[in-house]
Amino acid sequence: MSIPEGATARVLASEIRSGARSARTVLEEHLVAIDAREGEINAFNLVLVNEARAAADAVDIRVAAGEDPGPLAGVPVALKDNMCTRGVPTTCSSRILEGWRPPYDATVVERLVAAGAVVVGKTNLDEFAMGSSTENSAFGVTRNPLDPTKVPGGSSGGSAAAVAAGFTPLALGSDTGGSIRQPAALCGVVGVKPTYGAVSRYGLVAFASSLDQIGPFSRTVADSALMLEVIGGHDRRDSTSIPEPAPDLSSVLDHGVEGLRVGIIEELSGDGLEGIADDVQARLHEAVAALEAAGATVASTSVPSTVYGLSAYYVVAPAEASSNLARYDGVRFGLRVDALNAGDMNTATRTAGFGDEVKRRIMLGTYALSAGYYDAYYGKSQKVRTLILEDFARAYEEFDLLLSPTAPTTAFPIGEKTADPMTMYLNDVCTIPSNLAGHPSMSVPFGVGEDGMPIGVQVLAPAFGEPTMFRAAKVLEAAAPDGHPAVGGTMVGSPTGVRHE
Amino acid sequence: MSDDATTEIVPGWETVIGLEVHAELATATKLFSDAPNRFGGEPNTNVDPVSLGLPGSLPVLNEQAVELAIRVGLSLHCRVQRSVFARKNYFYPDMPKDFQISQYDLPINEEGWMELADGRRVGIERAHLEEDTGKSTHVGGGGRIHEAGHSLVDYNRAGVPLIEIVGAPDLRCAEDARAYVSELRSILVAIGASDGKMEEGSMRVDCNVSVRPVGDAELGTRCEIKNINSLRSLGRAIVYESRRQVDLITAGERVEQQTRHWNEDEGRTHKLRSKEEAYDYRYFPEPDLVPVDPSEEWIESVRAALPVLPRERRHRLAEAAGVDTATASLTVERGMDDLAVDAIGAGADPTRVLVHVENNLADGAGALTAASFAALVAMEVGGDLTATQAKTVLATLVAGGGDPAAVAADLGFEAMDDAALESVVDDLIAAHPEDWAAFTSGDDKERKKKSGFFVGKVMKATSGQADGRAVNEILARRAGA
Repeated sequence: MSIPEGATARVLASEIRSGARSARTVLEEHLVAIDAREGEINAFNLVLVNEARAAADAVDIRVAAGEDPGPLAGVPVALKDNMCTRGVPTTCSSRILEGWRPPYDATVVERLVAAGAVVVGKTNLDEFAMGSSTENSAFGVTRNPLDPTKVPGGSSGGSAAAVAAGFTPLALGSDTGGSIRQPAALCGVVGVKPTYGAVSRYGLVAFASSLDQIGPFSRTVADSALMLEVIGGHDRRDSTSIPEPAPDLSSVLDHGVEGLRVGIIEELSGDGLEGIADDVQARLHEAVAALEAAGATVASTSVPSTVYGLSAYYVVAPAEASSNLARYDGVRFGLRVDALNAGDMNTATRTAGFGDEVKRRIMLGTYALSAGYYDAYYGKSQKVRTLILEDFARAYEEFDLLLSPTAPTTAFPIGEKTADPMTMYLNDVCTIPSNLAGHPSMSVPFGVGEDGMPIGVQVLAPAFGEPTMFRAAKVLEAAAPDGHPAVGGTMVGSPTGVRHE
Repeated sequence: MSDDATTEIVPGWETVIGLEVHAELATATKLFSDAPNRFGGEPNTNVDPVSLGLPGSLPVLNEQAVELAIRVGLSLHCRVQRSVFARKNYFYPDMPKDFQISQYDLPINEEGWMELADGRRVGIERAHLEEDTGKSTHVGGGGRIHEAGHSLVDYNRAGVPLIEIVGAPDLRCAEDARAYVSELRSILVAIGASDGKMEEGSMRVDCNVSVRPVGDAELGTRCEIKNINSLRSLGRAIVYESRRQVDLITAGERVEQQTRHWNEDEGRTHKLRSKEEAYDYRYFPEPDLVPVDPSEEWIESVRAALPVLPRERRHRLAEAAGVDTATASLTVERGMDDLAVDAIGAGADPTRVLVHVENNLADGAGALTAASFAALVAMEVGGDLTATQAKTVLATLVAGGGDPAAVAADLGFEAMDDAALESVVDDLIAAHPEDWAAFTSGDDKERKKKSGFFVGKVMKATSGQADGRAVNEILARRAGA
């Protein structure tokens, strides 16, 4: 059984709320889809069949009783396995958390359930969300549903793959340097990183606290808007949560881009950045044309300090991670490898429990915070963040939105970049600046590349700019081409893949 | 603060002391979560995901803890300012997150001072907020960590709000250090910031000690002493550590910067770790919290609600009683300064008031009112009551209140009229002619001796109701007649 074309979250919720279809039926269709391909894709660390059936039945009982279970009534959702679920294992795809069952739900989980959503499972990720391919998981690689020899991107590769494979219409991911947007691009789905503080992080297992943000995956822009409306808004349990209700996105989705000013970030597009593939560049140009056709004015603009984003990120994120991941010491939860004293037990536990990439980042971060190095690394990186914020602020005086590719290339073959961390890190070059600035951005599928794999266009907005960002995303979604891109582009010169000084 | 030679623990050497006091703040809940802040209880019952540092949990600052910290800052004459929490990273099993949320380069309170009972001022460098750790119990091996079979951790205390008050190195002897801690405790208790119980660990003192030859301007290398659990230990540790350091230097060795542990049973300090072994805490701003920036209005409303502090109370009583602040301090410590000031205001003799507080009211003033206290002292000074009777009446007033004249009458302490007393004295003179002769004809010494004899006899005959001075006056009159 395949998922019908029209089975978006909005359609499903509306059918279930009206009683036209049962939540249980919808769930069973999705479980069949999972059953058919999960063995190959490995999107999930855990599928909660019984719990999901009970939740779906509960939704149906409420509908039958004349109640409204909420805007996501009966909609199957998948959660990245770094979000706490009460009594349900939460692993971060790490051996070190094996067997741990949180005694509480993350705020986003509470809100999804309160809106009627049915949690179907916990999805695979790069261990502790550190990676760009979902190959750094202790529980196996997740494969790209569109070509199982390719990676789905990461770190939220399981959630992206789940949506792309039709396992669920909605999934949650977390994005620290691009971990929602890059896999969304590589899997051909919509992925949103909201403004920092727009979605509560309570119950999200921290990687880099000042950068982490939860956001939706979906097949349509409208579905992401719906999910964001449900999970967003103030939460007193997260001190960095913005004390405002979630913005109304649904009512502005179709307002178009007439009169909007859109800037292409020179430093992050093919004309300015080595490593952006020709087909990716070509799709970006087509996206520009689509926005212009819809009435926006588009021009190139410089956000110069974004070129330092990657370097700053690989100081700040590991520094915070080195501290956030200290608590995995074998004392209170998860793995414990016994030894003669507490210090040796810590070491043995962490040596056995963490994978190589996590260890690499803990070491990087510990070094960056060490006495005598703090100013040169952490201090300087914070200055870069300030510069990036200032540059964005200048750009947003002229433009309502900015545009760039989401990822430099389409999905790459499994195993291709695992030997060279730097090459892997470069995957996030376009997505990292938004995290450093705390700004929202999203990836919208916009056609495919030479290899037939999806390409995403990234729409960036200033803080709280989600409504405008979603309007542009909706226009791009409507204009997205089906076939291969016209490589060579139609504007701003010819892409050469060479960085222009 | 003082270079008085009497403060020297080792002659010719000056000890320089700076104290870091941690006090648990008396909030209802923990610094960053809703778990109760409560002493005792079954292990690991006052906990929640945040105070256990569970993955995904986030800290949310307790506003009451900030208010109490502001009270502390204002009471210590600090600048209360915008502050930033920082993570202090080190691994320890009783610290749930393996980092402590503290304040580093931007503490909430900075640059204040505190006045000791004798009027001297000690600098306060900072008073910042941080969270407490849990408690480890080492099972087997006599409770020592290195020999223990296993360890148990109780996280009830983890996340309890602490204020760490860092004093300037202005203290010079054990007595100063004890006076500093006593005064600080009085302030913390007075403003409701902490219960100040050292024995329950809600107030803990780390002590930095260095020595230098008297007259030297340069500070010596300091050692930090931990595990001081009482004022007595504090004094002993300072004396021990001063001597140890002087001994090292006079033996031609160097004092190494160390963290040392006070062993109360052995009466000595032990090395915990050297400077080289010190942790690199890798402080950085806590990204899960926003800066705390108390508004002027908030600070002023906290200031307005502060009670009168021990220092001002000492000054007020000292002025009312015409004594110095050191003399007034015991009455303030006992919380009887209002009573004393009011009694003095009602005309009571200040010296008698302070003497009664010091000697006869150690267990509290009970039902004693300022008016009855003043009336009692007036009766005593006027000769209506002897000192002994006054003490007895006072105890009755403390126990049940009442009018001192009525209480004295009930106790049969009615002052004898002069005629009755003269008659008793005359009877005794007649009964003891040899003693009377010795009194009238003896030298001063003999006269004094015999006056004591007759006063004693009179007291016995009158069951202590007679006033000794009055008896002496009668004896003098009879001898001169």
